[in-house]
Amino acid sequence: MYKYFAAIMGMLLLFSCQKQVRTTSEKPMLQNTFSNTLHPVPTTTKMVYIPGGKYEPFFLTDSIEITIHPFLLDENPVTNQEFLAFVKANPQWQKSNVKEIYADTTYLRDWIDDTTLPKGAKLDAPVCFVSWFAAKAYSQSVGKRLPTLDEWEFVAMADTDTFNARKKPEYSNQIIGLYSQKDRQFNSVKESTPNYWKVYNMFDLIWEWTDDFNSILSTGDSRVGEYDDKGLFCAGSATTTSDNLNYAAFMRFALRTSLKANYTIANLGFRCAKDTITVHQNNEL
Amino acid sequence: MKTKHLMLCASATMMIALSACNQNQNNNSKPAVDIVAEGNPEVAEVTGAPNVPAPVGTRGAKKFIVNLETTEMEGIIADTIPYTFWTFNNTVPGSFIRLRVGDEVTLNLKNAANSVLPHNIDLHAVTGPGGGAAATTAAPGKEASFNFKAINPGLYVYHCAAPPVPMHIGNGMYGLILVEPEGGLPKVDREYYIMQGDFYTKASTIKKGLLEFDNDKAVAEHPDYVLFNGKKGSLLGKNMIEAKVGETVRLFVGNGGPNLTSSFHVIGEIFDNVYLEGGSTISHNIQTTMIPAGGAAIVEFKVDVPGEYVLVDHSLSRAFNKGAIGKLKVTGDANPKVFSAEKLTDH
Repeated sequence: MYKYFAAIMGMLLLFSCQKQVRTTSEKPMLQNTFSNTLHPVPTTTKMVYIPGGKYEPFFLTDSIEITIHPFLLDENPVTNQEFLAFVKANPQWQKSNVKEIYADTTYLRDWIDDTTLPKGAKLDAPVCFVSWFAAKAYSQSVGKRLPTLDEWEFVAMADTDTFNARKKPEYSNQIIGLYSQKDRQFNSVKESTPNYWKVYNMFDLIWEWTDDFNSILSTGDSRVGEYDDKGLFCAGSATTTSDNLNYAAFMRFALRTSLKANYTIANLGFRCAKDTITVHQNNEL
Repeated sequence: MKTKHLMLCASATMMIALSACNQNQNNNSKPAVDIVAEGNPEVAEVTGAPNVPAPVGTRGAKKFIVNLETTEMEGIIADTIPYTFWTFNNTVPGSFIRLRVGDEVTLNLKNAANSVLPHNIDLHAVTGPGGGAAATTAAPGKEASFNFKAINPGLYVYHCAAPPVPMHIGNGMYGLILVEPEGGLPKVDREYYIMQGDFYTKASTIKKGLLEFDNDKAVAEHPDYVLFNGKKGSLLGKNMIEAKVGETVRLFVGNGGPNLTSSFHVIGEIFDNVYLEGGSTISHNIQTTMIPAGGAAIVEFKVDVPGEYVLVDHSLSRAFNKGAIGKLKVTGDANPKVFSAEKLTDH
């Protein structure tokens, strides 16, 4: 008899609990009303043709060359204005609607509300506090994709005069100088000199997501050579990187390995890439 | 028969005595991993140089939470010259952490939201991969933590190990963590925290007047500054450390590097005790002790004569040209038996 009573009471409690949850939090219901379908967003960002070529990754022991196929890359990072248009068309990516597995609690942190940019934010400053998932969704909505790590680093080899400036001592030093400055993310895009490919702001404003940002399994420690022979190690870096004086590259790889895909950070944004429609012919054949 | 009994009795007594002895020894040298840390976790007191937290004394092992924040900030490196330091808790060196053997620690590392770079912490007092570095790697604005048990007594360096490590250390990301033995270190009158570091600078191309890290000079191991506590004059003038005649002084001296080994010396004093390399071997009557980069030493001495005692890296160009100089001011009555500067009358 008592058993039944307890069971009934338990059921009642459960129900009342559920009811409470429902009435106090309307969010889950609201969220269900949003479709996860991405709505296309127009973009006017100019893309630059990168013809590709041979590229020696920074992180490998043996001098293995990777072939980068031709691709298109946004000439500048995605701006506040562009991302605003994206969330207006795709409410599931507004800050009050986004799911935490896709973006952590600081997503679009300083935005005043779902569709209002932070106070004083420049329309043409790069958007930050966006997760990898959000960056990927944006890219899709404009018919593009995120660049791969190799594509991004290939373009990053260039200074203003040459496509590969890695051997120039001042190349890394200049970038380190930039990386040491705070709050650069509030500046407008395209105000600095473009590089050899006519691509802007590779280093001077923000860190950028790449599609496979975590494919280099450098641990954050980066010295534990025996666990991870691909990594960038303090002790091992002398022997496992193609140019161990390229501190700027170390810093980028360190940043990437500290990320999770739902992280949103004050100085981390992205730009988009796209495959070329030209069919790639291998010249050697 | 009688003697046999006596012998038996004696040997039995000896056995008992021996085993009692053994037991005693066991109690004193119980493996540190088996020491039970009591109570609920408390937030550990940590201090900026030259101060240190209170000694552990005779307390038992406890559970602690150590909170550190990594920051990138402009500070003064010398005179009025600003430099971009990277820090633990906004100071160079970072906060002093004081534990005893058997303590269990949850270390929370928060990377400031306005940091540009990821940071982490490798504590040399930790037994385990990377000293916690991989476990604590935190992106800007993020927090990471790990747990460890302090199982070896000694004075240890901690530092950031995010790549490029020499740059993170070169910008000031180091500090000391002391693990006292059971029962604590012997009581002294004064304790201070001093840490040496070498700095490689060049003018910022972005901000006029600001100095920033110079990679080439670091690789060449050619510093512009070699400093105690991250700033020229940090232990001079009104910042001198102090003691009174008759007191015992203990200096916890670390060397963050990233490159230079320190020849630590106090002009006019002899170290009564040096815990060599911060470990358990105590050497006596030492004039100058070597402190490797990423290493530490505890030095102790009694001050007998008033005056100003100059702390130097006795690789002296660093002291006289690059800033590795500080002072201990000793006040009190003169002690002519030990030292007298009176001129002797000519006969």
